[in-house]
Amino acid sequence: MSFCEQFPVGEQTSDAAGADRDERGSENSEQSIICLRCPRGCEISTTLDGYGGIVEIFGNVCKLGREYVEAEITNPLRILPTSVRVRSGERPLVPVWTPKPIPKGRLMDLARATRSIELEAPVAIGQVVIENWEGLGVDLVTSGAVRRA
Amino acid sequence: MTCDTSYDVIVIGGGPAGLAAALSARAEGNVRVLLIERNDSLGGILPQCIHNGFGAVIFGNDLPGPEYAYRYQEQVEAADIDVMLDTMVMDLTPERDLYAMNATHGYLHYRPRSIILAMGCRERTRAQIRLPGSRCSGVYTAGTVQRLVNIEGYMPGRRFLILGSGDIGMIMARRLTIEGAEVVGVLELLPFLTGLRRNFVQCLQDYNIPLHLSTTVSNIIGGQRLEAVETVKVDEELQPIPGSTERIECDSLLLSVGLIPENELSLKAGVHLDPRTGGPLVDSTMATDVPGIYAAGNVTSIYDLVDYVSKAGEVAGRHAARYALEHGTGNGNNATAGRDASKAGAMVAIRPGENVGTVIPQRVRIDTSGNEEVTLMLRPNALIERKVTVELWDGDRPIMSFRENYSRPAEMMVHTLRAKQMQALAEAHEHELTVVIQ
Repeated sequence: MSFCEQFPVGEQTSDAAGADRDERGSENSEQSIICLRCPRGCEISTTLDGYGGIVEIFGNVCKLGREYVEAEITNPLRILPTSVRVRSGERPLVPVWTPKPIPKGRLMDLARATRSIELEAPVAIGQVVIENWEGLGVDLVTSGAVRRA
Repeated sequence: MTCDTSYDVIVIGGGPAGLAAALSARAEGNVRVLLIERNDSLGGILPQCIHNGFGAVIFGNDLPGPEYAYRYQEQVEAADIDVMLDTMVMDLTPERDLYAMNATHGYLHYRPRSIILAMGCRERTRAQIRLPGSRCSGVYTAGTVQRLVNIEGYMPGRRFLILGSGDIGMIMARRLTIEGAEVVGVLELLPFLTGLRRNFVQCLQDYNIPLHLSTTVSNIIGGQRLEAVETVKVDEELQPIPGSTERIECDSLLLSVGLIPENELSLKAGVHLDPRTGGPLVDSTMATDVPGIYAAGNVTSIYDLVDYVSKAGEVAGRHAARYALEHGTGNGNNATAGRDASKAGAMVAIRPGENVGTVIPQRVRIDTSGNEEVTLMLRPNALIERKVTVELWDGDRPIMSFRENYSRPAEMMVHTLRAKQMQALAEAHEHELTVVIQ
């Protein structure tokens, strides 16, 4: 028994997707999505039309949850937490993150881009390390501070 | 060595519970507060938890761990609270004699009017789960690797296998992948995920890391360094299924197999522990059964969200300060257990029943004034994927109930008692009630 059989996370629970789209395009399907916007991890159900449009969202949905589901259907977004090097600091690293999410497919690209970065201590919390990365409107920002050694 | 009796409240441990406790104790009145931390910085485990997922309850924001800790640290530094870093508490007595040492002052002796235990927890190790095989290097607890990668800047392997689907294991699977290592999979002995499902999505699924349920490690192979791990499938009784062994090549094995409250000091102080939680028996003011000694956070029971650890710390700090104000004249230890018990008021114990693993607090101090908010934290021990009813039974009759959307061992149920429910507790016939999930 795989995990996905138990919890069809992010997978369509009806078979109205993919190759069947043309024939069954007018039929609705249900999709269950676990919201990642906060640690509550609400399970939100949504009804999709045969073309990936949202007909209805139900479950325990707040404003963030609705935004999340809309993005998850069209362009899944994720936050990247990682760290970058610090020179002359009390610690060799400072944690960084993208306070706003980036497209899921670009996570590893940004992770690789951070490996060549080296900041000079002292580093303050909330300091912008990369501004508007690749024009996506998302900054990479420190989430901790490092004092100078 | 002279005994320093000038502190009203001493907090042991500068993690999320201790930081919140120190702040709320100080805010309660004119009390002198000392926070003792064995590490060289405050924040406990949070500075190495660089992922987001903290602060939704307290700050209404999804923050990385270091930022959550920073917000509390800033407040502690601004408040009139003494902080002693790099200091290890060595001994604690029921009379609240506290012995500590550090490299600057040597051996120290304090006798505060109240104490808050906020030592947190430690990871279960290889020895505690009796993993067979070679004692080669390359077998780590997940938190150790988290510290190496996120704080020390050191990558301790190239190809990782992770045992245990708890949150730390899944978060480290993603973290190692982001830093360029290969994670070949996550094994889980139980037939279900033990961590939060959001972490399965954002840490494993998003990075194409496979999860193997009902699977564990049956052998560790290697000379100086780990070379491979043998895995085996288990049946419903968690017994190995013959012929299901597989060999997985890897140079590192991460263990994410549970956390244990750290209570050596609590035991020295004569505090009684709950065998279910592994932490002190506490009442709704976070008081232990030793007068003047309070406890909060993972030292009492393993929480899944730091926000509730901070909240428990706040409660402990407030009541520890009140205790100090009621008992303190600067003359040191003149409070006795008997005097305190006389004003303790009614107490109702809550015992875990069907489908409930643990309850924090284990006793509720009856207070119908409406001034005290009491929150019950229930850890289910059964996976029930439908709406459930949580009931509190007084002998053979239920006196209160509430609904939850599901029952999952990975997620604590959080329930704040309403005035009417507190009243129902006050009117209970039995001294011990049973809480069940149905």
